[in-house]
Amino acid sequence: MKRQLPFLLVFIFGAFMTIQYYVPHESSEFVYTFLLDWTMIIGIFALALGIWSLYHVSVDKIQHKKENWIYSYVTLFGLFIMVVFGFSYKVGDSWGMYPLFVIALMALLYCLIHASISRSKGFWLGLSGAALAVSFGVAFFDDSWKLAFMTSEGLKNTMFTNFADFVLTPILATMFALLAFFIASAAYRAFRARNVLASLLLIAAIIVMLRFNPYMPFGLPELVAETSSWLMNVPNLAAQRAIVIGIGLGIVATSLKVILGIERGYMGKG
Amino acid sequence: MTEHKNIFDRMMSLDRRWIFLFLIVVCVATYTADFTIPINTEAEVESIFNFLDSLPEGDIVLVAIDYDPNNLAELHPMTYAVVEHLWRKKVKIIFTSLSQLGPAMADQAIRDISDSLKVDKTYNYNGVEHNFKGREIVNGVDYTFLGFKPYYALIILGMGQDFRLNFPSDYYGTPLDDLPMMQGVINYDQVACVVDLSGGNITDAWISYGQGRFNFPLMLGLTGVMVSQYYPFLGSGQVSGIMGGLLGAAQYEELADNPGRAKDGMRVQLFAHYVIILFIVLGNIGFFMSRRKRMEGGN
Repeated sequence: MKRQLPFLLVFIFGAFMTIQYYVPHESSEFVYTFLLDWTMIIGIFALALGIWSLYHVSVDKIQHKKENWIYSYVTLFGLFIMVVFGFSYKVGDSWGMYPLFVIALMALLYCLIHASISRSKGFWLGLSGAALAVSFGVAFFDDSWKLAFMTSEGLKNTMFTNFADFVLTPILATMFALLAFFIASAAYRAFRARNVLASLLLIAAIIVMLRFNPYMPFGLPELVAETSSWLMNVPNLAAQRAIVIGIGLGIVATSLKVILGIERGYMGKG
Repeated sequence: MTEHKNIFDRMMSLDRRWIFLFLIVVCVATYTADFTIPINTEAEVESIFNFLDSLPEGDIVLVAIDYDPNNLAELHPMTYAVVEHLWRKKVKIIFTSLSQLGPAMADQAIRDISDSLKVDKTYNYNGVEHNFKGREIVNGVDYTFLGFKPYYALIILGMGQDFRLNFPSDYYGTPLDDLPMMQGVINYDQVACVVDLSGGNITDAWISYGQGRFNFPLMLGLTGVMVSQYYPFLGSGQVSGIMGGLLGAAQYEELADNPGRAKDGMRVQLFAHYVIILFIVLGNIGFFMSRRKRMEGGN
């Protein structure tokens, strides 16, 4: 029963969702909407599980001083601080004792991490309690900011937006920008006319790269642009269409295998 | 004993740090130099521009900001070009962000573009001069920002029934029914088209679950590396137009006579491509000459 029930549920809901797509009746739409809500609820549980897993893995790294363990602190503090910023917002003209609140919560996180890994649990739990008391005290007595768990005021918190705009965004953009250098280096090494196929790839790559190069003589810009357009619209389109159809058929086959219980990998065992 | 390397061997196995150095010098030099490059436009971008330009005042377009800061350099200029063009024409916009860090991108773009539209400007395109009177862009009147929800495929399907299903209130917490522009706007039926600016496979969901099921005109703005994958959908008519990478954004800016960060970036991209081609040519000269020498040595 432990194994049969999940297979039965997968079959019922899989078959229903497949058939539902072709039934535009309102009762069918109602069940479909109801199931979509369920998917999100399950997803939120998965998110909570993910955060717990991240915490657990990071603490384990810190405990055993694994490679680059120090960055686990950065991960946890970064995660925690953004959550705090996202749930709080300024009411008055100044932030008042908000920095103390944030520091107290960071101290709480630090103490909780050490309570998990240290032998002197009592000491760290005591400090955690003190940090929690300070943060509660500040939150209770300071009127210049408020906590908002059920509304989206925290999204306007300048701490939240500044960390997103001026820390996260540049970091991610920089990481991606570095790719240009690796692509340049990889292109230099990979694009060698070793045989006919490699030569074709090389010529196609150069034409596409030069497709809007305005600094070429003898009407070459138009010729290169037209050739590039042909490359994208004819050989590329044909190959991509074949890939898309192949992927589509693969998805149908895999879905059918899951619905019919032939593919059971999602149960954790094959 | 170290092996003697001739000039051709060296051309073949150049230390990659030289490539990095050369590339950064060229990028910085072209970025700081003040010049413009002519941009030719493609049919794929022209079809997007012409469609959006033909929309009457008051129509609604759904702009999906489905990218993270990783794709900022390529996709943010597209957002600026498209949104500014639409707001100039007083077309209303529903924004969504189905990528996790998308809301920050959308929020930033909305703030910047709103500021830039406060001043009068004159644009000249399609052979006609368009005078734009600076105005305030108002949340709930000119745009509605729905924000982020996880499980993009489900959200795309849900919005086909009712926007309120997944987004009872907007990103800022205002119920959709309280926003003037959302009065009578139920689902995609009230939207003229969807413009998806995406750096990942959310685009597949927009094609399969959105356009495939609800049959709205879909236009894509994609990163350079993604473009080739979506040509089949352009050929089949499922997608009405594609802007590819910074070049696509620059083409849109050119068409809308609104030069911005894409045209600026194209200078850098063009010369970076020159550098890459130069090194590819050097590598191949080295490769052929080394092979010839080896063959001559063998004989």
